Amino acid sequence: MVAVSPDYADNVKFADEWLAAQPGTDGALAMAMGHVILKEFFVDRTTAQFVDYARKYTDLPFLVTLDEADREPGTYTPGKFLTAADLDGEAAAAEHAEFRTVLLDAASGQPVVPNGTLGDRYGESGAGKWNLDLGDTRPLLSAEGGDETPVAVVLPRFDAPDGSAGRLRRGVPVRRVAGRLVTTVYDLLLAQYGVVREGLPGRWPAGYDDAHEPYTPAWQAAITGVDANRAARIAREFAANAEESGGRSMIVMGAGTNHWFHSDTIYRAFLTLTTLTGCQGVNGGGWAHYVGQEKVRPITGHSAIATAADWNRPARLMIQTAYWYLHSDQFRYDPFSADTLAAAGRGGPFAGKTTADVIAQSARMGWMPSYPTFDRNPLDLADEAADAGRPVAEYIVDELKKGWLRFAGEDPDGPENFPRVLTVWRANLLGASAKGNEYFLKHLLGTDASVRATEAPPDARPKDVVWREEAPEGKLDLLLTLDFRMTSTTVFSDVVLPAATWYEKHDLSSTDMHPFVHAFNPAIAPPWQTRTDFDAFHTIAQEFSRQAAGHLGVRNDVVAAPLLHDTPDELATPHGRVRDWKAGECEPVPGRTMPKLITVERDYTAVAEKMGALGPLLDSSGATTKGVTFKLERELEYLRHKNGTVRTGAGAGRPSIARDVHACEAILAMSGTTNGHLATQGFHTLEARTGTRLADLAAEHEGKQITFADTQAAPVPVITSPEWSGSEAGGRRYSPFTINVERLKPWHTLTGRQHFFLDHDWLSALGEQLPVYRPPLNMSALFDEPQIGETGELGVTVRYLTPHNKWSIHSEYQDNLFMLSLSRGGPTIWMSTQDAAKVGVEDNDWVEAVNRNGVVAARAIVSHRMPEGTVYMHHAQDRLIDVPRTETTGRRGGIHNSLTRLLIKPSHLIGGYAQLSYAFNYLGPTGNQRDEVTLIRRRAHQDVEY
Amino acid sequence: MRVMAQMAMVMNLDKCIGCHTCSVTCKQAWTNRTGVEYVWFNNVETRPGQGYPRRYEDQDTWKGGWKLNKRGRPALKAGGRFKKLITIFSNPVLPSLDDYYEPWTYDYATLTNAPLQERTPVARPKSLITGKDMKISWSANWDDDLGGSAATSEQDVLLSEVSQKITFEFEQTFMFYLPRICEHCLNPSCAASCPSGAIYKRTEDGIVLVDQDRCRGWRMCVTGCPYKKVYFNHRTGKAEKCTFCFPRVEVGLPTVCSETCVGRLRYLGLVLYDADQVLEAASTPDEKGLYEAQRQVFLDPSDQAVVREAERAGIPRDWIEAARRSPIHALINTYKVALPLHPEYRTLPMVWYIPPLSPVVDAVRDTGHDAEDHRNLFAAVDALRIPVDYLAQLFTAGDPAPVDTALRRLGAMRAYMRDINLGREPDASIPEAVGMGEEEMYDMYRLLALAKYEDRYVIPPAHAEQAHRLEELATECSLDYEGGPGMGGSGPFGETSGGAAPIAVENFHALRDRQTANTPAAPTDKATRVNLLNWDGKGSPPGLFPDRPTDGSSDADRDSDGEVEPKP
Repeated sequence: MVAVSPDYADNVKFADEWLAAQPGTDGALAMAMGHVILKEFFVDRTTAQFVDYARKYTDLPFLVTLDEADREPGTYTPGKFLTAADLDGEAAAAEHAEFRTVLLDAASGQPVVPNGTLGDRYGESGAGKWNLDLGDTRPLLSAEGGDETPVAVVLPRFDAPDGSAGRLRRGVPVRRVAGRLVTTVYDLLLAQYGVVREGLPGRWPAGYDDAHEPYTPAWQAAITGVDANRAARIAREFAANAEESGGRSMIVMGAGTNHWFHSDTIYRAFLTLTTLTGCQGVNGGGWAHYVGQEKVRPITGHSAIATAADWNRPARLMIQTAYWYLHSDQFRYDPFSADTLAAAGRGGPFAGKTTADVIAQSARMGWMPSYPTFDRNPLDLADEAADAGRPVAEYIVDELKKGWLRFAGEDPDGPENFPRVLTVWRANLLGASAKGNEYFLKHLLGTDASVRATEAPPDARPKDVVWREEAPEGKLDLLLTLDFRMTSTTVFSDVVLPAATWYEKHDLSSTDMHPFVHAFNPAIAPPWQTRTDFDAFHTIAQEFSRQAAGHLGVRNDVVAAPLLHDTPDELATPHGRVRDWKAGECEPVPGRTMPKLITVERDYTAVAEKMGALGPLLDSSGATTKGVTFKLERELEYLRHKNGTVRTGAGAGRPSIARDVHACEAILAMSGTTNGHLATQGFHTLEARTGTRLADLAAEHEGKQITFADTQAAPVPVITSPEWSGSEAGGRRYSPFTINVERLKPWHTLTGRQHFFLDHDWLSALGEQLPVYRPPLNMSALFDEPQIGETGELGVTVRYLTPHNKWSIHSEYQDNLFMLSLSRGGPTIWMSTQDAAKVGVEDNDWVEAVNRNGVVAARAIVSHRMPEGTVYMHHAQDRLIDVPRTETTGRRGGIHNSLTRLLIKPSHLIGGYAQLSYAFNYLGPTGNQRDEVTLIRRRAHQDVEY
Repeated sequence: MRVMAQMAMVMNLDKCIGCHTCSVTCKQAWTNRTGVEYVWFNNVETRPGQGYPRRYEDQDTWKGGWKLNKRGRPALKAGGRFKKLITIFSNPVLPSLDDYYEPWTYDYATLTNAPLQERTPVARPKSLITGKDMKISWSANWDDDLGGSAATSEQDVLLSEVSQKITFEFEQTFMFYLPRICEHCLNPSCAASCPSGAIYKRTEDGIVLVDQDRCRGWRMCVTGCPYKKVYFNHRTGKAEKCTFCFPRVEVGLPTVCSETCVGRLRYLGLVLYDADQVLEAASTPDEKGLYEAQRQVFLDPSDQAVVREAERAGIPRDWIEAARRSPIHALINTYKVALPLHPEYRTLPMVWYIPPLSPVVDAVRDTGHDAEDHRNLFAAVDALRIPVDYLAQLFTAGDPAPVDTALRRLGAMRAYMRDINLGREPDASIPEAVGMGEEEMYDMYRLLALAKYEDRYVIPPAHAEQAHRLEELATECSLDYEGGPGMGGSGPFGETSGGAAPIAVENFHALRDRQTANTPAAPTDKATRVNLLNWDGKGSPPGLFPDRPTDGSSDADRDSDGEVEPKP
């Protein structure tokens, strides 16, 4: 076991080796390890097991077109996947030909369109063919051996100390297919990683000890601080173990690599290691992701009830990062344009655009959801359309084209576009997750705040998005919070509803950490005035419905829904070529080049009644998870008897979910993981598409249906279901993608395989078609913060990280007296001995950390286990316990996120293209904050004031 | 041979994640009361570090445990009964509250009560001793995860004993967690220190308890215990300590700290030992011989002679069977991977530890491809970050050999199991290299790595026929004790009347009091008895002074050299 951690963290004690990589440089270490694995296990020696895996389960053999580079004639840049549409004759005429990627057969040397690409996933011709069965085809990994002379490709690099973009020039073997110059993803990957083969042009590393050419072990040593030989040895051991154990090498990653601006590049560098070595889809191997991404095992029933999909579809589900970025006005403080991040010479799509512009573009093209959507009330839009006697979608498109209607995201500071009512349900937004906490306080709430940043200068302001001279403060009219303790959120709320805890209510629980679904049961009734969430929301719904009778009644609403993953929507953008209707590059067509516009009838007087009953859409449309639609007639009939039937009102005749236990029962009955009948049904549905055998995975449990009483008696192991990618058949443990690997079920991607290469325009522009190292953002260059290590009157500048506390779940338990008695009893910041010495800080001194985003007051913990140049303020230390006033502002000190802010990476806003399509809790911009720096100093007066 | 049964614990430090769940659940169960706010029967220390209370291992200062007197027999370091009696009114050597920590709470109520004001309300720390605002400067676990190492690491008592220089540099960082409870020693110096005979070691299972009826609050036990695991309740004026959760153990349940252990690192079970050998073992001249000497006190429960003697001593059949299946016996005597904590204190502690592995200091395996190759692993054991010397100071009075053996066995187990895990032919030379057989190694793997609940905790319930003598399994009305609810409430004569409530009942009342109290920090019940803080110095309320010796034997016990017969 090897622990990679910048400090001697709690988990390091269990490791055999500790690699103290500099914060945010894990990607560089992984790239160098990839270099070693490609060289030693693919090029110097062919590892049959790895190569076989690569051919079957990855995009490595697929062909990519090469385009002549604009600036350097004779050199090329990787273009797009070659598809059937590029071939001649029959292949080009195939259904969805632009989504059928191509590889070369070893025997014939001819292009082959294998089964299992996205082209097989939708439409009639792909039925029974969406699988990874290669038949007699033996894909060529490399384009070597053809008649064409190898060419040099220009590849991006970002390893300059300031993070600026540079270029690599490295050769790949090529072939000519259907008149186009192509190479394989594998060839490009070797070029990218700098693994040389004979006869290829370009500049290559001289060996592992070449510190200048990416991506050698010596190259990473300068960046990560990890000794080159150790990095190489551990890469070798990682791969050798995978070979020896049949793929049981694993990378467990945490929030430490998740919350960087370029965490996606870190991920891809990790995934390269586990995928090259055939570890994905193997129990005991692969990539164990950041646990913050929860797994609701009974997902189908849960989604149906959580989104009210039994009564109305679609629900409005938003990407929170972009939402808060706009509505807490953090976009006003971004002084750089999106093309700052682009690869050298490739900034095209982002030229002159700010992040806010890019968000607006993503929204209007239907890539990502945006709510509020329009600058007019969608209820009124529906009425206007009706008055005009026109279909709503047509009317809206027309209004948009004329410019009479705009997307709200294009003017987030317009009062008509403010969010007005915010309900925070058991989430300590302002004490934990609100990155850019002070911006939230200032602009969203309008309270005192410690924002010290200056707004973007006029030449760096958004172009498409309206800039209002006065930044609004206090956008919200009402902040409602449901919680069972006082938090940094409740103290700012207008209304607080006391909530029951887990031990005072019925609920279901499942995570990705164990294979069970189990019940929460009340040990006691909710004390005092507290209520269960179920009770609270039903009460609100009842009163809302009563008042709606005189105000809202029954209205038509129009929902702008993004192009969704696992639906034919993901065929909207062939080759990932971006066309913006607003720029006149295409027509606005709902569902293709802009969001789907769906009219929904809303009976506001019946909200409460509908909440208490399972609605009729489940009979007519079933429920769909990841492209598999489950028919639920049998389950609904069962629930009529199990829960009883509603007699009156909007839900008359429907199964009841009036009580929390009813809702739990319905979730269990309507999910494959907890209902063997549905699991087998879902697999049969999937079999019709894949043409392979799958239903046997759930057959052993076809008659098993887990009831709420079962989960109350004991945690119950779940059933293998098409809702998830792992098999638990025969009592084995869940591991993702085992069904893909063992049953040749395609991944839900363009090629149907795991991707190293992404050919979307925006990723090309960013220089991220392939795994690449991108360093932490340079906050000095972007925001004029001092350089790390600089020491001045205001203190020493350090990297500011906010890892999870070992004793709390976000802010939960942080304020518990026992836990506080076992630690330091208040807010703390961990510092290295060296940094403390620079500014005269001793252990337990009051310190103040200040940057443009805010101010934090805490006590210092000085320890030699911390690396120089980095401080930790553990996540979610509420401002409510022993937080004094700051010297800087005289106000109460902030939370850990008072020094952070949101920054959005444009590529996270891509949608409408194969696996790069929106799905809830699946794709969207990350909330990242680890790139941040701060000044920290000893407080002049140690007798602090409260 | 005088066979006795002892309930004992082993903690596998290789698994401790330092979560402190044990501390919290123990505190919640046992010491969430006034008078013991600062008391953690179970605590978890980060090592290197000072521990709790600070520098408790410094016996030059605290005078805990035993030393050998000039006749080579164990004598209390703080002096024997005679010295105790003549100095009974002077302060014994014991840590001040500052050495533990000043307990505090917060004015949480202000968060809900504060009026509209300019700044957000904040709950400030208030001392539970003075009730005043305070700046927190020490806690029950101040140096967690090497926190404050720059300021306080050098205070680790063991550092002065470790031969190699330990530097607190980033690159050389190491740490591990040491959870501690009362050691329930075979030769408890706390019991020997008590002038009132209030501390006793139960004959049935060896659990060391304080008789709250007999305790007079002299606090000699606090001094006498070298582990500082006897605490003074400043409200009742009596000593309290870890009870090994006897109410649970008597009915076959693991202790609270074990049951709730997230890392599943605790093992509970019986050992049989020869009570006649205890004194001799404690008298071993060479401190480095104490580990082995203590091991020799344990008896082999499979030996028919031992079984016969055990039965003769009245140890029930199922207890002997339990001793045979005992994980403690296996870890200490069969696999020899568990070691005692500070055997040099000569108390023969009964909570043992498996020392932790740690990352290697530097690349020592540049030759091998296979991380689990045992040849590489043995090289790695020599280069572990935690100096073997440091562990030896904790567990073997400085002898590195047993620590080294334990670490090599742990390493070899991994190397051996890797072959099996990969479906290869297992390599018998690996266990052989550490003096073990293949089956033995596999069994050790089952116990340490799979660590099933039923294998970790082999706890024979107490016997009904013994119940009358035990605390928890009452054969009579459990509330029918002097001053209990069955007797019509507390006695008429104020705080000096009435006896101690049986502990489980007291806990129930404490719980009820907490649930109904208006103030969390100051329960209003007056069920307390002798409170030295309230005593005005006039008269002698019953229970304040020890009874005069009446059997005439005390003179014979008295030893000017501090020598006391080990108990039992």
